[in-house]
Amino acid sequence: MSSVKVEIHQEDVDKIQEIAKSYNNDPEALINALHATQDHFGYLPAEIQEIVAEEMNVSSAKVYGVVTFYSYFTMTPKGRYPISICTGTACYVRGAETVLDEFKRQLELEVGETSENGKYSINCLRCVGACGLAPVVMVGDKTYGRVSPDGVKDIIAEYEDAE
Amino acid sequence: MVKHKMHLLVCGGTGCYASANGDLAKALNEALEISGLQDEVQVVTTGCFGFCEKGPIVKVLPDNTFYVEVQPDDAEKIIQEHVIKGRKVDKLLYTDPDKKEKIADSAHMDFYKKQIRIALRNCGVINPEDIDEYISRDGYQALGKVLGELGPQKTIDTIKDSGLRGRGGGGFPAGLKWQFAKNNESDEKYVVCNADEGDPGAFMDRSILEGDPHTVIEAMTINGYAIGANTGLVYIRAEYPLAIRRLKFAINQAREYGLLGENIMDSGFDFDIQLRYGAGAFVCGEETALIHSMEGERGEPTVKPPYPAESGFRGKPTNVNNVESYANIPVIINQGADWFAKIGNKNSTGTKVFALAGKVNNVGLIEVPMGTTLREVIFEIGGGIKDGKKFKAVQTGGPSGGCLTDKHLDTPIDFDNLVKVGSMMGSGGMIVMDEDDCMVSVAKFYLDFTVEESCGKCTPCRVGNKRLYEILDKITQGKGEPEDLDKLRNLGTVIKETSLCGLGQTAPNPVISTMENFWEEYEQHVTDKKCAAGSCKNLMQYHIIEENCVGCTACARKCPVNCISGEKKQVHKIDQDLCIKCGNCMDVCKFNAVEII
Repeated sequence: MSSVKVEIHQEDVDKIQEIAKSYNNDPEALINALHATQDHFGYLPAEIQEIVAEEMNVSSAKVYGVVTFYSYFTMTPKGRYPISICTGTACYVRGAETVLDEFKRQLELEVGETSENGKYSINCLRCVGACGLAPVVMVGDKTYGRVSPDGVKDIIAEYEDAE
Repeated sequence: MVKHKMHLLVCGGTGCYASANGDLAKALNEALEISGLQDEVQVVTTGCFGFCEKGPIVKVLPDNTFYVEVQPDDAEKIIQEHVIKGRKVDKLLYTDPDKKEKIADSAHMDFYKKQIRIALRNCGVINPEDIDEYISRDGYQALGKVLGELGPQKTIDTIKDSGLRGRGGGGFPAGLKWQFAKNNESDEKYVVCNADEGDPGAFMDRSILEGDPHTVIEAMTINGYAIGANTGLVYIRAEYPLAIRRLKFAINQAREYGLLGENIMDSGFDFDIQLRYGAGAFVCGEETALIHSMEGERGEPTVKPPYPAESGFRGKPTNVNNVESYANIPVIINQGADWFAKIGNKNSTGTKVFALAGKVNNVGLIEVPMGTTLREVIFEIGGGIKDGKKFKAVQTGGPSGGCLTDKHLDTPIDFDNLVKVGSMMGSGGMIVMDEDDCMVSVAKFYLDFTVEESCGKCTPCRVGNKRLYEILDKITQGKGEPEDLDKLRNLGTVIKETSLCGLGQTAPNPVISTMENFWEEYEQHVTDKKCAAGSCKNLMQYHIIEENCVGCTACARKCPVNCISGEKKQVHKIDQDLCIKCGNCMDVCKFNAVEII
């Protein structure tokens, strides 16, 4: 489990209770409930998982099992500007790997890591369905198409001055 | 209702949307308002036109003008020239690459000529957020026919006679599957739409859901009626927010129109649809794994039988079909089984949607009759290989499929033929590769994917694929030995024969098929330690050609690890032990004195 201890406030518990209730606290709806929880908190640390488990009437072990099984769920917070490099096949054959290497080099981050100031994180995703624009990079909801290693610094520059 | 004289259809597919389409529709509307034409001309955001390479696309109706690579800045020009003065905007028209002529009507473009659009019939035609537009194109007519005229058994017979086979990859006859689910008596049954498109490089299901969500709703309702289910579930990737939004919107509209809910069309039949979100697990494309995931569990497959038709969701009879299969259903019911069966081949009827991508000129979403050859798809519709390079291979079937080469180009594409030549249909990803792609690396790429996506339940898949990956990695690092090739083949065969589900059973296909078709490339990697495609970094060396080097020192100055030595105006030399193969020296040299060997 994640090493950082997360402090849980009453309002967090209330929020999870509200989500769980909207799914009738039904164990079958665990995955939908986890989606809603992650949408709210940004990630699913162990402490949050425990509350979800209680509210959805399943064991913490089961929640942990589900969270770690699916790649969409994450136990570490993403950066404020999460950078996702599409590594679907179409992007791969058009050079996504070199683009990924360039992001890793410039930000000094590995895949799955978040920068210390919490600004950037790097992740790979599989096919966003914009293969005509391959290789594709997403920063948050913004999509960048036909990215070359040379273009990486321009993308990062867009966010340098942002908080 | 306001009658519009002209429509501007703006592609709202992911590719076009990403290249500034959101602003494009807005810009067109603003330009219309400035000219006071907002009541006469309507801007409609549609689903994917398929021609993603040249997006964003705008199509003008009624004259069918097809504009490509339209940016928000072009909006005013379209309104001023085309809408007001009736003159086509020349610079936005598609140029035929061979004849160098401008083509205004998409029907005359090579990209569209050979296509027949059944599953994609409404994509790029209707506004997916308007149920009336779907209805105006025979929408929900098939449901009416099924409820009022055909009844359950005749509906299933129609699907059986049409020869429709599952479009998600397996190719199992859809009608037969429906029959099994119908024959199993139970108080509850379920209909499931598999929209967990996991093949990296396939986006047809997404495009259908985004461009024509009602077709899936209508087909699921028909399916429910035919097998006796009152609940439908769509298992959809959470990574597809636009598709989710459109589908939810469409479900609500269908409820308002009484096309979902209780007593649909006064037939006494009740049916409704819920959404379940996937969370990024390729194995959930397998139907038993998918069902477990919908039950809130880890998406691990179980042994079949029992098949879902017998014991599926909540242990009840369940029919699972994928999005594209469903998109064919209303048309089959409306046009009849015979009509559908005449399209395509004897054993693979109808059409197939392919996501054509990679090193091909016209990347996009295409729908062709079964039996079309790979050559027609890649060279006619796809417009050939990018940058005039040489075709090397085409990968079909995603991580479960194989790489085919030029000797397969004239193979008619259908379920059985692709299996015969060592690949498979899969969900319809089609990735074209050229001479710069190393087949060993491609096989490694797919294995990397399957290793990551293996659920870990059975040993052959969990451990075996990992070992396959390690051997491939060793080969691409230049450390391969001849016996590694035997190991790859033996291990691959064992994994195929002993894995529990489709993921493991097909995972070695990319390795086995590339070994089959590109044996010399594997040998070259292992014995000569060379990668002809120049993609395996450890197997290549940058080398300075003495005759060409003038000793300008540019390369030495650019080298990040200072591994290039040489005096001014003297021939330089690269220290191979220190070189990190970044390629800077080659990029910077103005005298073509750096080569890869």
